[in-house]
Amino acid sequence: MTTGSTSNPCPAPPPQAEDPRRARDLVDLETGQISREVFFNQEIFDLEMKNLFPRAWLFVGHASQVPNPGDYFSSWMGSDPVLLTRDVDGGIFVLLNSCRHRGMRVCRYDEGNTMQFTCPYHAWSYSMDGSLVNVPGDLFGVPHMKAAYSGKLDKQNWGLVRCPKVYNYKGLVFANWDENAEDFLDYVGDFHWWLDNLADAFDGTPGETEVFHGVLKWRIKSNWKFVSENFLGDTYHGASTHASVEAVGIGPGGRGKRRHGERQDQGGHSTGRMKTSFRNGHGASDNLAYEIAYPEFIEPEMNEYFDQAWATRKERLDAEGRRLGGRGPATMFPNMSFAAGFPRSILVAHPISPTETEVWRWFLTDKKAPEPVREWLRQYYMRYGGPAGMTEQDDMENWDYATQASKGVVAQRYPYNYQQGLGTEQLSELDRAVHSNHAISGEVNARAFYRRWSEFVDNLSWDELIEIAKSDDRIDAIIRRQEEEAVTEAAAGKVNH
Amino acid sequence: MPTPDYSQGPDRWALLQEVSEFLFAEADLLDERRYDEWLDLLADDYQYSVPLRMNVEYADADTRGETKAGSEVCWFDEPKSTVELRVMQLATGVHWAEEPVSRVSHLVTNVRIEEVAWPEVKLSSRFLVYRNRVADETDFFVGRRQDTLRKTDDGWKVVRRYLLLDQTVLLAKNLSVFL
Ligand code: FES
Ligand SMILES: [Fe+2]
Repeated sequence: MTTGSTSNPCPAPPPQAEDPRRARDLVDLETGQISREVFFNQEIFDLEMKNLFPRAWLFVGHASQVPNPGDYFSSWMGSDPVLLTRDVDGGIFVLLNSCRHRGMRVCRYDEGNTMQFTCPYHAWSYSMDGSLVNVPGDLFGVPHMKAAYSGKLDKQNWGLVRCPKVYNYKGLVFANWDENAEDFLDYVGDFHWWLDNLADAFDGTPGETEVFHGVLKWRIKSNWKFVSENFLGDTYHGASTHASVEAVGIGPGGRGKRRHGERQDQGGHSTGRMKTSFRNGHGASDNLAYEIAYPEFIEPEMNEYFDQAWATRKERLDAEGRRLGGRGPATMFPNMSFAAGFPRSILVAHPISPTETEVWRWFLTDKKAPEPVREWLRQYYMRYGGPAGMTEQDDMENWDYATQASKGVVAQRYPYNYQQGLGTEQLSELDRAVHSNHAISGEVNARAFYRRWSEFVDNLSWDELIEIAKSDDRIDAIIRRQEEEAVTEAAAGKVNH
Repeated sequence: MPTPDYSQGPDRWALLQEVSEFLFAEADLLDERRYDEWLDLLADDYQYSVPLRMNVEYADADTRGETKAGSEVCWFDEPKSTVELRVMQLATGVHWAEEPVSRVSHLVTNVRIEEVAWPEVKLSSRFLVYRNRVADETDFFVGRRQDTLRKTDDGWKVVRRYLLLDQTVLLAKNLSVFL
C-alpha cells in the first residue's frame, strides 16, 4: 500500500496507441482553413475530453463564492463535476464530486456550507475539517467500518479525489488535473495583464473584486469552441450580430449610446486598437496600448466613482510603468472568456457534446463600490449579458444555427475560412504574442487558438507543449516580411530617383 | 352602494373573473406581438423580476432557493424603461434571436387572489410559455407567477410581475421572449 493520499494526484492516463487522426492536420495555418470536423466530429470531441480538458488550466469559480470555512460551490471541469471548497484554515480546494465507493455525486447542491459531505448512497462521509482528517476531502466516516472492512480500509487512500494543482489568482480560482502541467503563471504568461484588469478594482487596487451572487447557466446547441472563439477576438461579428441592440442603445450613456459605453470621442473603432494573440492560445480583442477611459454615464454618482477610479488607476499604473489598456473581451485558453470593462464578467463554456454546451456567466463588482454603483452595474449586466441579455441573445442564435447548418455530411467536407489578416500580423512588446493590424477584422487570435488546441488534442507531452511554444515563429515571419518590404521599398526608391 | 367585500362571496368572484380576463387578454397581446398596446398595460412603476433558482437543501428552499430580486443576479430584474428597450429591439427587424419571429403561447392558469389592498390586487398564478422557432426548436418556460395589478381610471395596470421559473440551468438557448 502506498503512503500518502491517492485522493491526491490524478493517475496518469494509460499510454494509448498512436491515433491515426491528427488534430494538427485539421488546422491549416498556412492557408487559414480549419476543418469543420474540429467542431462536429465525435472522435475529436472525445479526444478533447481526454487530452485537453484534464490537462489545461480551467476556471472553477471565484474565491468570493466561498468566503467562509465550509463554504462550497459546485462546478465542472470538462466532463467532471467538482466542488470548490474552503476548509477551516481558509484554504481553497477543488475536489472531484464523485464518491470513491460507487461514484455517487456526493453533492448535488449548487452551493452551501458544510464541514462534511455525506454520500447519499451508502453514507461514506468526507470531511473538510483538517483536525479530523489529514487533508480536507479525506474519507472520515464509513458505516460498519469494523464489520465491513475488518477495520482495515485505508481511509487516507479513499478520500475525494483532490485536484493536484489549484491556483487562486486574485480571487479567480483555476485548477488543473495534471500534476505535470506547466505552472499557472507560465501557462498564462503575459496574458496575465488582462486577468489583472478583470480581477483588480476599477481603480487598479489588486484583487479588490467580488462576484455578484447568482451564476447564469444555460444550454446551447453548439460547440464550446464557438463560444471561446467569439470572445477571443471576434470583434468582426459585432456590427451584424448585435445590430439590434446597437440600434436601441443600452449602455452607460443611455438611449442611442453605444452598448459598451465607450466615450464618443474614442469610440469602438479608434486607431490604435489591435487584437493580441498569444502563442499558447490565449487571445484578446484589444491591446494594452488601447487606453480607453471609463464611460460617461448619465448619473452623476456614476461619473464621480468612475472618473475617480480612472484617475487613481492611471496614477497607479503610470507609476508602475504599465499601460492602461487590456479590457478584452478575451479568452484564456481553452474555455474561460471574460471582459474586464463594461460589462465586467466571466464566462465558461462547459463542453457536453460536440453540439451541446453549458454556458456559465458570473458578474464582478468592486468590493468597495457604493450601493448605487453596485446596483447600476447589476442592472446593466443583466440587460447586457446572459441568455436574457439584449446583446448575448443574438449570439446564441448564430452559434446554434451555424451548428445546424455545418454538421451535415456535405457541409463537413468544406473547411471554415480563417484567412482574415493572414500575413499582416504585427509585432508586439509582449512575450510570444503578435497583434492584428486591424481593430475589427483579423483572425490571428483564432488561428493561434486552434493551433494550441490541436497540440493538446494530439496529446503532446508537457515537455513538447512547453518546447513548441518556447518561441513564437509568427514573430520571425513578421520580421522576415518587414525585411522583404524594406528591400522592395529601397529598390523602388532607387528607381524613382 | 355598499362597499364591495372582496374577501368572499360574489364581489370576490366578480373581481377574480375581471382580473383573470385582463391577464388572458394581456397574454393575447403579447402572443400577437401587439407590443405598444401591451406596454400601455404596464404601470409606469412596473417592475419585472425573474430570479435564478438554485439547488439547495430542503430546509433552505424557502430562504435560499432563488436569488434575491433587487440585489442579486436574476434572469430579469428591471423597470418598465428596460422592457421598452426590449420591445424596441424586437421591432428592429435585425434582432436575430427573434428573426424569423417565433410562435409563442402564454398560458396563465391557477389564477387566485392573494390580497386586495384597493386599488391594488395581488394575484398568484402559474405560467407556461411555449415557444417554437424555425422548425424543431421548442422551449417550455413553466413556473409560478405573482402579479400585482392596480385599478386606474384607464383600466387595470400591471405594477409588479415576479416569476419563479422552474429551471436552475436554463434549458433554452435564450430568453428573447417575455415570460
Ligand atoms: S457510492 Fe458513496 S457510499 Fe457508496
Ligand atoms: Fe457577441
